[in-house]
Amino acid sequence: MQQAGALGHTPEVEHTTTGLNHRKLLMWVFLASDCLFFGTLIATYLLYRGKSTVGPYPHEVFDIPLTSYSAFLLLMSSLTMVLALAAVQRGNAKWGRIWLLATALLGCHFLVNQGWEFSHFVTEGLTPRVNLFGATFFTLTGFHGAHVTLGVFWLTAVVVISLLRPATMSAKNSLNVELVGLYWHFVDIVWIIIFTVVYLLQPAPPLHG
Amino acid sequence: MAMITDVLRRPTGYSGVWGWVTTVDHKRIGVLYGVTAFIFFLVGGIEALLLRLQLAGPDGTVLTAAAYNQIMTMHGTTMIFLVVMPLSAAFFNVVIPLMIGARDVAFPRLNAFSYWVFLTGALLLHMSFLVGGPPDAGWFGYANLTEKPFSESGIDFWVLGLQVLGISSMAAAFNFLVTIINMRAPGMSLMRMPLFVWMTMITSFLLVTAFPVLTVGMMLLLFDRLFGTHFYAPAGGGDPVLWQQYFWLFGHPEVYILILPAMGIVSEVLPTFSRKPLFGYRVVVYSGIVIGFLGWMVWSHHMFTVGLGAVVNAVFASTTFLIAVPTGVKIFNWIATLWGGAIQLKAPLYFALGFIAMFIIGGLSGVMHASVPVDTQHQDTYFVVAHFHYVLFGGSIFGLFAGIYYWFPKVTGRLLHDGIGKLHFWLMLLGFNLTFGPMHFLGVAGMPRRIYTYPEEMGWAFWNLVETFGAFMIAASMLVFLFNFFRSLRQGEEAGNDPWDARTLEWSIPSPPPIYNFATIPTVHSRDPWWEEKEKRRGAPVPVAGGSNGEPHQDEGHGIHMPSPSYWPIVVALGLGVMAGGLLVFASVNLISGLIVTLGGGLVAIIGIFGWSLEPASAGPEHG
Repeated sequence: MQQAGALGHTPEVEHTTTGLNHRKLLMWVFLASDCLFFGTLIATYLLYRGKSTVGPYPHEVFDIPLTSYSAFLLLMSSLTMVLALAAVQRGNAKWGRIWLLATALLGCHFLVNQGWEFSHFVTEGLTPRVNLFGATFFTLTGFHGAHVTLGVFWLTAVVVISLLRPATMSAKNSLNVELVGLYWHFVDIVWIIIFTVVYLLQPAPPLHG
Repeated sequence: MAMITDVLRRPTGYSGVWGWVTTVDHKRIGVLYGVTAFIFFLVGGIEALLLRLQLAGPDGTVLTAAAYNQIMTMHGTTMIFLVVMPLSAAFFNVVIPLMIGARDVAFPRLNAFSYWVFLTGALLLHMSFLVGGPPDAGWFGYANLTEKPFSESGIDFWVLGLQVLGISSMAAAFNFLVTIINMRAPGMSLMRMPLFVWMTMITSFLLVTAFPVLTVGMMLLLFDRLFGTHFYAPAGGGDPVLWQQYFWLFGHPEVYILILPAMGIVSEVLPTFSRKPLFGYRVVVYSGIVIGFLGWMVWSHHMFTVGLGAVVNAVFASTTFLIAVPTGVKIFNWIATLWGGAIQLKAPLYFALGFIAMFIIGGLSGVMHASVPVDTQHQDTYFVVAHFHYVLFGGSIFGLFAGIYYWFPKVTGRLLHDGIGKLHFWLMLLGFNLTFGPMHFLGVAGMPRRIYTYPEEMGWAFWNLVETFGAFMIAASMLVFLFNFFRSLRQGEEAGNDPWDARTLEWSIPSPPPIYNFATIPTVHSRDPWWEEKEKRRGAPVPVAGGSNGEPHQDEGHGIHMPSPSYWPIVVALGLGVMAGGLLVFASVNLISGLIVTLGGGLVAIIGIFGWSLEPASAGPEHG
């Protein structure tokens, strides 16, 4: 809900105790809270790592090159996000919109890959029901995917609204873009952790397997 | 996009029911929180009376075993999530902006949203009474009791109700953190903030960090129930103890979420009625911070008998002993505040003193539980029930009543009757000790918690009867309070700006405060700014009070731009409620109808979010 306030009207110049804008501070506090959210999900994955009693096991289903490509997409989307904010801060709304849309498209590409990966896993017999690996994997990456989806919607909404109300993307109101940027970078960083913990540091295959 | 904002015309009025439904004024939202929480206090109290009636004598027949479990679960869940937390939120809302010299919170519509989501979650939880029966696994909802094979649909209501309540608490905590960090009046540095503001900030920090853990824990439980995963089901390799870890990882910070606001209130009441500054202000602040951090490091003391191993138990026993230190420091500071003060024995001070005395008893039995061998004996006996009622009722509820008596005049403009208030206090104190004191004896005598009946040969009948008698005495004290409340609303003594000759900024403005609170934002030069101001003026009667005159001028704040009322918070809250309802339909009917309801709710929520974000915070002329 907190991101909702970011889309709209011209923020009035307000005096604050810290000098930080209220919405920016809210975003930081929200992200701190989201750290604990993902922290708990990652902890669940780690606690149940290697505890599955039946397959499929991670080493049987993971396609590291594909996931590396997905990680690359998200990293590049952080670059386009930075470029978008820089453009808007220079007062160049047109390039701001282009880079924002590029960010959203890279996010979409990531989601398509994730959808393909999920359906591929399901055909290999890995579902949330079948074992703990499936349950923890789909929950963790699924919630991350939901965050990316929300980010794509938010990016698109910022662009659409800026077409209807150009003032929302003036250099003075660059905070509208900065906030979605903070969120987007955070979601990217979470992916770096998930990629490392889930995909790269796989547990040893079970001996009897 | 502009169409969306035109669908609902911007409400403008402050009067009538719609004025309350669309309000974004922190004082009104505080009143909504307070009244709703008090209604649930009565509901939870009636549930407690049912439990006590059942246990009054051996082989009780008032409730069946199943009904006992349900009522016990709802009593605990209600008192914690629907009473103490929202009642504290009521004080955050009413008092915090006034204390820091602000005109509202940082996000007034988010604040209204928090309240409406709270109401939605509370109603969702209570809908279980109508559909399939309330939850019955205790307020802690231990796995496996909550897994599908062992429970009814009540658990779905419990999980989704608490998830919705979590959204409300987190939204409110975000809001108050930003408000306190960012909206203090000029000159109010951190170390000049009133203690209640400090405790609210620490509480909000705990909420923001602890609730996500519960959110994830309950999400996994929901997946177990809805999608057949095995997070907590040993059949598929899952571990029920993981639920305990997550629940208490949230649950122990939650304990401090429940007590810190009451500690803040008491830290305001004691100096006012001792006519002395709080003794050792800095130390009280620091111990609050230490409690906030240590509160995160003690959760496994709820699990000493689970079998986590001697090392784990030793570590958590040590941290638990440690947390007694900052708590004890606070108690000594409160007592030292009273020492040598010109004590005014008014009703708020009675409740604050009751808080200190009862909290010491509850704190001492808490330290006993920190010792693993002692805890192993006490685990799951009435001794534990005695302990947490001494800290949550004797602590939180007494502290919150101190706040009600203290700030009632600020909110309503009239004082609660002092004599009736003292009668309320004595009845409640006596009833409380008769109810929960004997639980210590019964617990040591071996009476287990959560049993719905006991045979006569156990020899527990006498103290149980005394407890039931005490519980009805507490009920009687509530009737006295309600009488006082309604009587004082109509014919209470006019309060004026500053009936207690108090110390903080909220007393510098009229009671009830004008919608804009401060005509001019005060500048703060010291820790007790209003007291300091009055000290300067002793002898020289100057009418100006914190920038606004003693008599409220109707049109004084005309140039002040306040946020306008808004429909959108309640629309989004409604959408969220319907979404959660959709998951309930999914759980008990089928996927398709559940999906339709969830998507419908999602659509309402999305429309609400867009309407909200496209609507300017205040419908000023510059926005057309």
